[in-house]
Amino acid sequence: MLEVRDLKKTFRSSGEVQQVLRGVSLSLERGATMALTGESGSGKSTLLHLVAGLDRPDSGTIVIGDTDVTAEDDRGRAALRRGKVGVVFQQFNLIPSLTVAANIAFQARLAGREDAPWSARLTDRLGLAEHARKYPEQLSGGQQQRVAIGRTLAAKPALVLADEPTGNLDEETGERVLDLMLDLVAETGAALLMVTHSSRLAQRMERQLHLERGAIRA
Amino acid sequence: MRRAALVALLSHWRRRPFQLLTLLLGLATATALWSGVQAINAEARASYDRAAGALGATPRPSLARADGTPMDEALFAALRRAGWLVTPLVEGRVETAGGSLRILGVDPFTLPGGDLPEGAAGDALDPAFLGLPGRLIVSPETAARIGGPELPPLIEVEGVAPGIAYADIPAAQALLGLDGQLSRFVLLDGQPGNRPPLDEVAPGLSLQQPQTGADMARLTDSFHLNLTAFGLLSFAVGLFIVRGTIGLAFEQRRPMFRTLRALGLPAATLLWLLLAELLVFALIAGAAGIALGYLVASALIPDVAATLRGLYGASVEGTLSIRPVWWLTGLGIAVLGTALAALSSLWQVARLPLLAPAQPRAWARASEAGLVWQGLAALGLAALSGLTIWLGSGLIAAFVMLGALLIAAALALPLVLYGALWIGARLAKRPLAQWFWADTRQQLPGLSLALMALLLALAANIGVGTMVSSFRLPFTGWLDQRLASELYVTADNPEQAERLTGWLAPRVQAILPIMNTDARIAGLPGEIYGVADDPTYRDNWPLIDRLPDVWDRVAAGDGVLINEQLARRTDTWSGGTIALPGWPGAPVVGVYSDYGNPLGQVLMGLDALRDRFPEVEALRFGLRLPRGEVAGLTRALTQDFGLSAENIVDQAALKAFSIQVFERTFTVSRALNVLTLAVAGFAILTSLLTLSAMRLPQLAPVWALGVTRRGLARLELVRALVLAGLTMLCALPVGLLLAWVLLAVINVAAFGWKLPLFLFPSDWVVLGALSLAAAGLAALWPALSIARIPPARLLQVFAHER
Repeated sequence: MLEVRDLKKTFRSSGEVQQVLRGVSLSLERGATMALTGESGSGKSTLLHLVAGLDRPDSGTIVIGDTDVTAEDDRGRAALRRGKVGVVFQQFNLIPSLTVAANIAFQARLAGREDAPWSARLTDRLGLAEHARKYPEQLSGGQQQRVAIGRTLAAKPALVLADEPTGNLDEETGERVLDLMLDLVAETGAALLMVTHSSRLAQRMERQLHLERGAIRA
Repeated sequence: MRRAALVALLSHWRRRPFQLLTLLLGLATATALWSGVQAINAEARASYDRAAGALGATPRPSLARADGTPMDEALFAALRRAGWLVTPLVEGRVETAGGSLRILGVDPFTLPGGDLPEGAAGDALDPAFLGLPGRLIVSPETAARIGGPELPPLIEVEGVAPGIAYADIPAAQALLGLDGQLSRFVLLDGQPGNRPPLDEVAPGLSLQQPQTGADMARLTDSFHLNLTAFGLLSFAVGLFIVRGTIGLAFEQRRPMFRTLRALGLPAATLLWLLLAELLVFALIAGAAGIALGYLVASALIPDVAATLRGLYGASVEGTLSIRPVWWLTGLGIAVLGTALAALSSLWQVARLPLLAPAQPRAWARASEAGLVWQGLAALGLAALSGLTIWLGSGLIAAFVMLGALLIAAALALPLVLYGALWIGARLAKRPLAQWFWADTRQQLPGLSLALMALLLALAANIGVGTMVSSFRLPFTGWLDQRLASELYVTADNPEQAERLTGWLAPRVQAILPIMNTDARIAGLPGEIYGVADDPTYRDNWPLIDRLPDVWDRVAAGDGVLINEQLARRTDTWSGGTIALPGWPGAPVVGVYSDYGNPLGQVLMGLDALRDRFPEVEALRFGLRLPRGEVAGLTRALTQDFGLSAENIVDQAALKAFSIQVFERTFTVSRALNVLTLAVAGFAILTSLLTLSAMRLPQLAPVWALGVTRRGLARLELVRALVLAGLTMLCALPVGLLLAWVLLAVINVAAFGWKLPLFLFPSDWVVLGALSLAAAGLAALWPALSIARIPPARLLQVFAHER
């Protein structure tokens, strides 16, 4: 499903060159789950952004299904994000002017494959049915993150990328949100790559990879 | 994909209808003021063209006397017998109860049918039209305006030029007092090649090229340019609102743009969708603006028409036609304005980094960072303005200079305010005062566009107000000099004039004949006056340049006086010469100021005028007598002598009329000024309202520290007043500079006369109070919202902090 080979990325800031990824390789099968852990600045979010096609690597390849992400231009990478990949952000990144229901259906609509019964079921499973007509600002943090998860899964992506999805939530809420996400990901058969600080949450994934200074620790 | 993204983009406006209303209103107002002015200009120009093309769409050359005096109608038969294909024409003006009317006497049998307006050709062959009293063919608008028992019955025909009446030759001759005389012969197509030369058939006649609409357009160009400049200024002020609203909306939606991109919307698609959204808004607001502009133009056009009639003798109907070109250009300017206002925001979206964290108030911070560039741009524009006035000349250069000056001032305003607020913060001792100054400085980027609009509106008000008041002072003084005679009388015919002067001689101190004729001077329509040698002129005439013994020379017929506009246009001053009909090298012995007259004017001695223009009759007279005897003489003139009351004009009435014409000239400028100020006030209101929604994170901590909501609301009001007051102070020098440019540069280029600058501090105090009131009113609503905000909403600010 996902093949990452020898990925390298550097950032330049104020004339200083910082090598964030130093030849990272990994693979993930369809339906599998993997946690990416590491200290702040270890490059785990950068790796996730590169896989999502939000940024371009200096070298290396990323293949999702049969698509070489690194060979795609901006339009191609955008199409990939619409079609095959779903991203759950730490900051939720909901559209504040759309209702909960519209936010959940949004990515599926964007991808042109809206499945209304599935969206409704997701809304129900996420415990958001009674909030469907509310706007994001009227929800708690945990509820907003559940909307973000719903939005990602409504489009039935083959690969779900989650960047600290519970990082903005308290422990108990975070646990509940993660349970839901794992259940639903399993239900859709998607692969899940999750970045997290928490080794406890990482243990809930089938595989764990630890990044240290831009490289996978053996 | 596009539909879902568009729904998301538009949902922002659904949640913020007031913001959408602001955007649409700002754009509609800008378009309205611009297209209203354009409608007025287009209507006036169309009237000039229709008037110039009164005899057919293709103007024809004609035969006439060089000095424009009428000729015997026997010449017509002589020309036709000799083989010249001509049609006679009698033309002139008559005054009616509803204003001046241009009479065109035509011969329907020799004038090609196509040379009359469509629909009039049939009526011209109607037996009732022919002979006496005949009929007048006029447009329905003109028919509604004019009237009076002295006119023949009217036939209304659509498409006839405004202010023009067609009549049969005898009817026109009777109306104009030109019995047996013709004004000119219009040359028809297909002239035979073997016809005898003109000199043999009709010596004294010469071939004259047709008048075009351009002649009147040239005269009135300055007036229309003036209007256009004000329209542009109003449009620019409106665009400040649009720019502010679009900038804010884009800033508020920046996280949404980033999310859309992250969810797979290509950058190009996002840009196209935003462009489409703006295009729809521009078209909606543009259409509303054009409709509003139509109302503005309809309200202003009677004054404009009166001004053009009074000042230039141009016939413009006081009604407005809807022209497709006007609609299209109005929509075009709305779209162009939106594109201009949105350009930088769209550029930012195009370069939006996908992964940079969403920064609240990044827009404001970017504005602060851009202050240096803004200052440099202001300096550059100020330099351009200085260079233009130094090196450039003409009206266009003057307006370029003015535009550069105003934009430079607007760009420099945030910097000046920033400095003033910094000083305020340094001087503040109490913590709340320190917070107030610091917080005001933080609000500045969000308010600066509205304050720039206010600066432009205030500067325009000060500039135009100073110009009009500076104009009024010397104008009334000049009127006192020019209208020195206490009473003006007009005789109906030369016989009555002779009896009148005999009757008046023992009753008044002096009788001053007023004789004048129209003539082309320096290639443009002008007028020549004959004046008696009298102390009235020697003591009062407002000469600005003169040779010694100027009046002796004029009286002896050794030289002429010319008005300032003719002197400037031809660069001829005392000591030079000027070519006049019948006097090719007339020595110029003096120049006089002649405010309000766009025409070149020449003054010569009465004998000199009679020698060169023997056909000009002395029918008008200025009478000198003690002021207290005016009423008695007026009564005696009507009761004892039998002169019609309409033929007697009191000096006071004439002055009142002149001042009325003067005031009307600036009515439109003043109306546009008030509208511009209103638009600027609206800009402040919308900025404060939109900012108030983003203010909670700044206000909540101060509230939590013990400042009441009412106290915060009061500070909001004070902030608006402080910023408006500072802006007014900045607008003062800009406005005075604007007034100087208008008086010393634009006035000279446009009208041909220069005026001194007078200062009117009391007007500034009134304007300052008005601007404070506008800012206070604009701040009232946002302040009330703060005073009434539920504590729970303020607490949410802390709940959202992580």
